[in-house]
Amino acid sequence: MVAYPDDVIAELERRANLIRRHVIRMTRAAGSGHPGGSLSSTDILSALFFKVMHHRPTDPTWEDRDRFVLSKGHAAPAYYAALAESGYFPVEELLTLRKLGSRLQGHPSRNKLPGIEMSTGSLGQGLSTALGMALAARLDRKAHRIYCLCGDGEQQSGQIWEAAMLGAHYELDNVTAFLDRNKLQIDGPTEKIMSLEPLTDKWRAFGWNVIEIDGHNMREILEACDKAKEVRNRPTMVLAHTVKGKGVSFMENALSFHGKAPNDEETKKALRELGEDI
Amino acid sequence: MRFQYASQRKEYGRALVDLGKSRKDVVVLDADLSSSTRTADFAKEFPEHFFNCGIAEQNMMGVAAGMAASGKVVFASSFAVFATGRCWDQIRQSIAYPKLNVKICATHAGITVGGDGASHQTGEDVALMRTLPNFTVGVPADAPETYKMTRAFAEWNGPCYMRMGRLDFPTVSDPDEGFKIGRGSVLRNGEDVSLIGCGIMVSRCLEAAEALERRNISAQVINMSSIKPLDDALVAGAVKRTGAIVTAEEHNVVSGLGAAVATYLVEHDPVPMRRVGIMDTFGESGEGEELMRKYGLTAEKVVEAAEEVMRRR
Ligand SMILES: Cc1ncc(C[n+]2csc(CCOP(=O)(O)OP(=O)(O)O)c2C)c(N)n1
Ligand SMILES: [Mg+2]
Repeated sequence: MVAYPDDVIAELERRANLIRRHVIRMTRAAGSGHPGGSLSSTDILSALFFKVMHHRPTDPTWEDRDRFVLSKGHAAPAYYAALAESGYFPVEELLTLRKLGSRLQGHPSRNKLPGIEMSTGSLGQGLSTALGMALAARLDRKAHRIYCLCGDGEQQSGQIWEAAMLGAHYELDNVTAFLDRNKLQIDGPTEKIMSLEPLTDKWRAFGWNVIEIDGHNMREILEACDKAKEVRNRPTMVLAHTVKGKGVSFMENALSFHGKAPNDEETKKALRELGEDI
Repeated sequence: MRFQYASQRKEYGRALVDLGKSRKDVVVLDADLSSSTRTADFAKEFPEHFFNCGIAEQNMMGVAAGMAASGKVVFASSFAVFATGRCWDQIRQSIAYPKLNVKICATHAGITVGGDGASHQTGEDVALMRTLPNFTVGVPADAPETYKMTRAFAEWNGPCYMRMGRLDFPTVSDPDEGFKIGRGSVLRNGEDVSLIGCGIMVSRCLEAAEALERRNISAQVINMSSIKPLDDALVAGAVKRTGAIVTAEEHNVVSGLGAAVATYLVEHDPVPMRRVGIMDTFGESGEGEELMRKYGLTAEKVVEAAEEVMRRR
């Protein structure tokens, strides 16, 4: 097992914080979008794009690249910010989010922006497409891995469990999926709207390797990714316990910031909390 | 033209609450969008008659079918793209075929959804629902008509689909006229060309008629809120009166109102016709009004089409 030095962790945390600030600025500029679920996914996305995944931002169709599918497509702001900070496109373009003519669609569009492997936004479908990529990689005797990020509310969709079966059936050990367990969906807490628990048991029963982590602990995220690579004959689901709106006090666990942009005042406050000099 | 604007969704929620007060057999289902679709308004008043199904539209339609088979009048809501395409086979097999009393009332239809982009917009929902046998399909032009259509659907025994928008819509319908399944309404009389619209495009047709009037062209404007059954008699009357038809819809022209009217015309009384609508393309992110301009859902396009069909007559 790799032991990650503190400075590597600190650098990733710094970049995650940068992504969070982008998310705030982007949704503010757009006047809409999904800050809550972007912020809960930010640490996972940062670990993947800035450390875990093998990819070449200047050669986005490099055939041996690891693939990533954002099954919870509404976390696009954090995803775009990670892509831009990786070098796929200019960081300045982030502020065009959701604007007419922008490549940064409200939900990721494969044909618009380099680095996007799959168009998503309709929940429940991304994991299946990730498994398709994993089957294709195996067919082509390729060593690259497929990463996928799902929402917890998204787990209510039946297709997720159809994918769960297929992933185990075909023993897709080249898949590492994340479940952003922030415990909220739009209409309320997941356990009130349509209870999911026991989630770990469900994924285990479906034949997946399940790793539970604190989804805001960079070291745990990296170690989970390493462990997943060592597992044979089973796909991995990293059940990441997270906080919706993480990093901005008034967005944390706030239902209202699922799909609402911050206003000017809130933007300032959020950026200040995220350590920006303004 | 100066219009008053009002929310279709809000009127849908209000109609549900009124139904809940008078009818014990009404139940409402949603799929984690109840605050947006406004079924939350009903849920607040009648929590025992409301069932949030979570982000699981396919299952929701099956559950709706089962409740309808047990004597309930079931309203099921989500965004139009998720309430139709996502669960189309469940609707076909478990609702349309057994002809069950489920009212699928969807919001955020068309491209005026705006910033969410193509994944959340839909130009196919009317097509998907009108191709299903046994289904009644309605597209209210404005908020008051949404209220009336919701009430009419509750009285109707059989599966129905209602399409609502996200934005506030201009109020165009006649306050004294009720909504009847299978009936459209004439909003403006004219002799030279007939503009047949549905949804938000009815207001664009009215604007187009004003613009045409300035060019001494007298345009009839029809609100065809009943897409299926189509008001054949009203179309036939328009053919007789003007002999030049333009349809306008915030939907793919391949398969919506325009296609329904075209079918009628070709089979009964072919006259020059043009469809204004989304030209067989996906949408994108942007402001609703901006998108309407970019995708040609404007009064100007209706005017152009009107002049063109008149030339061909
Ligand atoms: C099939 C489908 N139904 C409904 C929606 C609307 N929607 C967007 S986000 C969301 C809630 C998602 O909750 P969750 O998966 O927990 O995401 P997170 O909390 O991470 O934002 C819903 C219902 C959708 N995008 N797709
Ligand atoms: Mg969630």
